[in-house]
Order: sequence, then structure tokens, then C-alpha cells
Amino acid sequence: MDINLTLISQAATFAIFIWFTVKFVWPYLRTAIDTRQKTIAEGLAAAERGKLDLELASRRSADVLRETKDKSADLLAQAERRGQQIIEEAKAAARVEADKVVAAAKAEIDQEAERAKQSLRERVAGLAVAGAEKILRREINAGAHADMLTALKQEL
Amino acid sequence: MSAAESTLTPTGYISHHLTFLQKPISTGDFWVLHVDTIAVSILLGVISLGFLWWVVRDATSGVPSRRQAFVELAIEFIDNQVKGIFHGDRHSFVAPAALTVFVWVLMMNAMDFLPVDWMALFYTHVLGQHTFRGVPTADVNTTFALALAVWFLMIFYSIKVKGLGGWVHELFCSPFGKHPLLWPANLLLNIIEYLSKPLSHSLRLYGNMYAGEIIFLLLGVWAATGLAGTVFGALLGAGWAIFHILIVVLQAFIFMMLTVVYLSMAHESH
Repeated sequence: MDINLTLISQAATFAIFIWFTVKFVWPYLRTAIDTRQKTIAEGLAAAERGKLDLELASRRSADVLRETKDKSADLLAQAERRGQQIIEEAKAAARVEADKVVAAAKAEIDQEAERAKQSLRERVAGLAVAGAEKILRREINAGAHADMLTALKQEL
Repeated sequence: MSAAESTLTPTGYISHHLTFLQKPISTGDFWVLHVDTIAVSILLGVISLGFLWWVVRDATSGVPSRRQAFVELAIEFIDNQVKGIFHGDRHSFVAPAALTVFVWVLMMNAMDFLPVDWMALFYTHVLGQHTFRGVPTADVNTTFALALAVWFLMIFYSIKVKGLGGWVHELFCSPFGKHPLLWPANLLLNIIEYLSKPLSHSLRLYGNMYAGEIIFLLLGVWAATGLAGTVFGALLGAGWAIFHILIVVLQAFIFMMLTVVYLSMAHESH
């Protein structure tokens, strides 16, 4: 073990090497590594945010879907009710119309019957008169008995 | 030296491999430079830190290249270790210092993997040097230099964070208490602590690497006993090299961790 000037020389070399590393090696890589770490951290945060957004969106879409389903079910029920109502209304209207037609037909029939009665009455009166004429021609003066004949006709 | 080389005894072989390439600057034992240690350590530091700088210079914050990912892996590893120990602004000094220590010490330790005798051929015939040691951390000067630098940083940060008064107060009043009767005991313990830290820090690394080198050399001596010895020595050498992978990385890691621990202790008051 011989300590000599080499010691001083090596210490100086060591000092220079440390200075070199402190000055030229460490800061550059530190910067690069720090920047990359930041980039990675940001990327991870963005991914996390994206995941959250996706979850929110899917929840919202589910909400919308459910709402739409509810609404469509409502509409369907409403439409069914409305259809039922329309059918009921139509039925009622048809009944009224039918009644009306029936009533009109009845009235016409009545009228027709009245007319037929009238004509029958006239024909019977005519026949009676014709019969009476035939009878009376022989015995009764037609002129003298006209009043009586008219009164008879009225009664028929 | 030359006599040992010419006869090639085991002692000569080992001591030849353990001789530094020395260059005297002035008279006296201290004024000597180990040119091999200095050259190899600077070369390794420039290569490894230069590689880091080259990769990091156009580092992208987007998708990293394979090269950048590798460097990031290493830096994140160091950074995580420092984060667990040091609570403060680690990016301004402590973490990059830890990175420097780990990378540099790892590279210097890894020189031990290179086969000693082949490297001796390289040093002799390419560099023209007969004595050349390739593992800078097996030189106690290197480990002491690093440990002492950390030691001075420790004192510097102690004073910077707590103030000179705070630091002196801590020397006298911790760990036992504030009572004046306890001051000598506190001071004694702190002095021992301040002395033992750089010693254990540097000698742990030095001892491990030096012992590793010696064992490689001892296994190399087997080759002198003939073919069977050569094969046996090679097998044992391979085994030791595989085990040494663990030691090399572990010692670099321990040295780095101790550096961080000492510096973070300097930042915290008791």
C-alpha cells in the first residue's frame, strides 16, 4: 500500500467526472423521463375520463330507451282507448241512424196504408154507391136521395 | 525486478503483475504517479460517461430507443436507490454523483475480468510497458481518492446544511446527549466515526478487488506446473471469474450505496 500523488490525481478525476454527470448527463435524461411520465399520467387520466364518460353515456342511453318505451306503451294504450271509443261512437251513431231509418220507413208505411185505406174507402163508397144506384135506380130517385148518400159515404 | 522476470518464479510472476507503472514527479515516496491507474481510470470514465452523455444528449420523451431504454434503466435503478435513502433535492447533486460512482467503479472493477496474462501481452507489445496494472480499483490510491472525496463532501454538506455551529454542536452533543460531561465521549466517538468512514469505505473496495486479482494470479501460477495444471487452473479461473461477476457488481453497488448513505447522513441532523 503506497499512497502517493495518484490519490490527488484520482480525486481530481473523480471530481471532474461528477461535475460532468451533474451537468451533462443527469438533467437531460431527467427531463426526458419526467416529460414521459407526465405524458403517461395524462394518457391514463384521459383513459379514465373516457371510461367515465362512456359509463355516463350508457346510463343516459338506457334512461332514454326506458323513457321511450314508457312513452310508446302510453301511446299504445291511449290509441287503444281511442279506438274503443271510436267504435262505441260509431255503434251509437249507427243505432241512431238505424232508428231514424226505421222510423222513416214506418212513417212511410203508415202513410202508404193511410193512402191505401183512403183509396179503398173511396172504392168501397163507389161500389156502395154503384150498388145502391143499381138498387135505387129502380125505386129511388137519385137526385132526391143524394144528401143521404153523401152522408153515408162520409161514414165509411 | 529484472532478476525475478528472467527466472520466472511464482513470486516474481505475481510481484511483476502487481507492480505499477510509476512515474516519479519529484523526490520522495509521495511524489509518484501511477500512470497505469490514472490512464485506465480516465479512459474508462470517459468511455462510460461519454456513452451516457452520447445517449442522453438526444434523449426523447417519447418512445425510447433500445439504447436509451438501457441507460434509463440504469439511471432509474440508481435514482430509486437514492430516493429510498436521501430525502431532499437529490437531482441537483446526490443522485448524479451516485450514478458517477456506480458507473465508474463498476467499469474499473470490471477490468478484473480481462485475463491477466493476455493483458500483460497487450501492455508489453502494444503499449511497450513491462509493468502495467489494469484494475484501477485494486490501487489503494483510487479507492482512497474516492472515499476521501466523499468524506470531504460529507463535511461540506454537514456544514452547508446545519451551519458551522450546528455541525460543531453535533460533534459535541451527539449521539449521547447535551450534558457537558458527555462532550469528550461524544467528540471521541465522532472522531472515530469520521476516521472509520473513509477507511472502511475505501478499504472494502480495495481489499475485494486486490484479493480478486491475487487469486487470478495464483490460479495463473498453475499453468507453470504443466498441461494438467494449466487445464485445472483455467477451470478454476473460469469459476472464480464467474463468481467475480458478483463481486464486481456488488462492490460497485456497495460503494455507491455507502456514498449515498454518508451524504444523506450529512444532510440530516441528529
